[in-house]
Amino acid sequence: MTNDNGTISKQKFMEELRRYQKGSVTRRHFLGVTGLGMATAVLGTAMPGLRPRPAFAAGDVGDRVILATWPNYHDEMNFEAFTEATGAHVQVNVFGSNEEMLAKLQAGGSGWDVFVPTNYTITTYVGEDLIIPLDTSKLPNYDAGSFEQRFSDAGSVGGQLYAVPKNWGTTGFAVNTSKLDGAPTPTTWKEFWDLTMAGYSGRTMVHDYQLTTIGNALKYFGYSFNSVDEKELADAEKLLLDAKPHLFAISSDYQPPMRNGDAWMTMCWTGDGKQMNVDMPEIAYVLGAEGGELWSDYYAIPKGAPHLDAAYALIDFLLNPEVNAKEVLAHGYPSADARTNALLPKELLEDPILYPAADLLNALEFGAAATLTDPNRAELLARFKSA
Amino acid sequence: MTERGRKALLLAPAGIWLLVMLALPLLVVFVFSFGERGAAGGYVPAFTLEQYANLPARWTAFKNTLILAPLGTIAALVIAYPLAYFLAVRCSPKWRTSLLILVIVPFWTSILIRSYAWIFILGGRGLPALLESIGIDDIRLINTPLAVLVGIVYGYLPLMVFPIFVSLDKLDKRLLEASADLGSTPWRTFRQVTLPLSVPGIATGCMLVFILLMGEFLIPAILGGGKVFFVGNALVDLFLQSRNWAYGSAVAMTLVVVMLVTVSIYMKFISRLGGQREDVSLM
Repeated sequence: MTNDNGTISKQKFMEELRRYQKGSVTRRHFLGVTGLGMATAVLGTAMPGLRPRPAFAAGDVGDRVILATWPNYHDEMNFEAFTEATGAHVQVNVFGSNEEMLAKLQAGGSGWDVFVPTNYTITTYVGEDLIIPLDTSKLPNYDAGSFEQRFSDAGSVGGQLYAVPKNWGTTGFAVNTSKLDGAPTPTTWKEFWDLTMAGYSGRTMVHDYQLTTIGNALKYFGYSFNSVDEKELADAEKLLLDAKPHLFAISSDYQPPMRNGDAWMTMCWTGDGKQMNVDMPEIAYVLGAEGGELWSDYYAIPKGAPHLDAAYALIDFLLNPEVNAKEVLAHGYPSADARTNALLPKELLEDPILYPAADLLNALEFGAAATLTDPNRAELLARFKSA
Repeated sequence: MTERGRKALLLAPAGIWLLVMLALPLLVVFVFSFGERGAAGGYVPAFTLEQYANLPARWTAFKNTLILAPLGTIAALVIAYPLAYFLAVRCSPKWRTSLLILVIVPFWTSILIRSYAWIFILGGRGLPALLESIGIDDIRLINTPLAVLVGIVYGYLPLMVFPIFVSLDKLDKRLLEASADLGSTPWRTFRQVTLPLSVPGIATGCMLVFILLMGEFLIPAILGGGKVFFVGNALVDLFLQSRNWAYGSAVAMTLVVVMLVTVSIYMKFISRLGGQREDVSLM
């Protein structure tokens, strides 16, 4: 990207982004130095769809909308802008796993208007009659054709649209390379587990849900991430039980201990890996060469959402490419929307953490619905945790 | 209104409350515990003892709870008693109220936030770093049973201090003088007069703390790093992660039974101690 400000380096961009997020610089300064403001302005006039839409009259959609989502996954300022435009206040509930979200919806009375399910959960939600088909006439910013298909097709079940894409990403591991004593950075899940039971004993973290923790243990043996085969799961269980005494913690909240040095290695998602790597370059984000998880998150509306109009309004607002670009800049998870990517700086689009090399990416698997609901996998992780 | 009718009316609010909030839910849990897990989780009606047969898979959680809950209760007692004694007997009345308020103040903040604070105290840059500076290396505190124990004692200390304080505060000081007049040493007076008379406070405090600890899940989750598992954590997992309501109900029923048994043994033990107290006051 060339403009009057010259090219901005990747690192400089992220620094400016952090400064902006922390509130130490103004939005105007941020958009100026990164060239984003220019890009948005040019594109805004070139593409009629990006022109500001008429604002809702305050009160049209009610006074609130309740969103269930993941940690560090939004730009607070976008919510403020939404409230300003519609009069509806965004109330955010943060969750740690899809299992937990599913459990809440199955129990009933969640009170959510919008939530953020991952690809492999959507058929289950449809099968259990927990989410509603989406009315695209209420989502003018949704343009099916602009999304990369593999990150958007899980949103439709039986030809009916139930969920629209939010972001996608990978699940690899983050490793503090300064503790390796000069040894090369591990590149495989085999090394992840072996290192856990050797030099990094007492310093490794695994996720607190079955899909990735079991999936990445299966990868040690070269099995499929999604395996529900009894013998393969037994091998994974043995590995998990052997590794358990060497773990620092079983928790999906891994940033604090990684940052303060209590933990040296952890299973990790794209955006968290990026966030840690920016602040502490010695923390590398690695995709296991054997494979692992590729995922895509969606926006969906649970059945019985108490503020349905506000739910549609919020999803549509967040699908607006200009808003979405700000989201991506805030959390560091890639978007599958070509309109949004057109607004993002080249440095971000070429970042190896966000957009891994093709050979690494091709080895990854999407989580499967059967993996989520498999009773044996669920019980295996529960056994591992209570062992 | 008849005497009988008045009694019934007075008992009605509590009775209805207990029926709706305790008896009925317990009945639901009991019924669920004989059912099966649904295909996508949840509960499917059935009659099977399979869930109870699976209980050994949660043995470690029960073991951790049954070790750490009594240990935490005893540790809290050992720390709380001298404090309560000081506040009730030794402290000048001028200071007493302010000091009592200091015991309550932590309750103004959520236990969640206070437990998080311990992550930093026990984490690598907290106490272990301090110990390292005086030459004690490689101490790991966070995510160990010890960390959970520290968190438990910290969280539940006020619940132990208050009942003991109340029983010591009500203690008739003339009994202590009488004991001294009769030639007892201060230690003997404490052992034979003060301590037995404070048994009701100790019993109440221990009961309060122990019962709450048996169902604890927050402190082990935060300070145990998911590695020190209580039955409470196993239950949260079964309902919120693996969505196996039937098995979760069986584990919950078992916990209720284990608690009933331990608490009734404890009550027996206490009533025996209480009997001895009667003897003392008769003297």
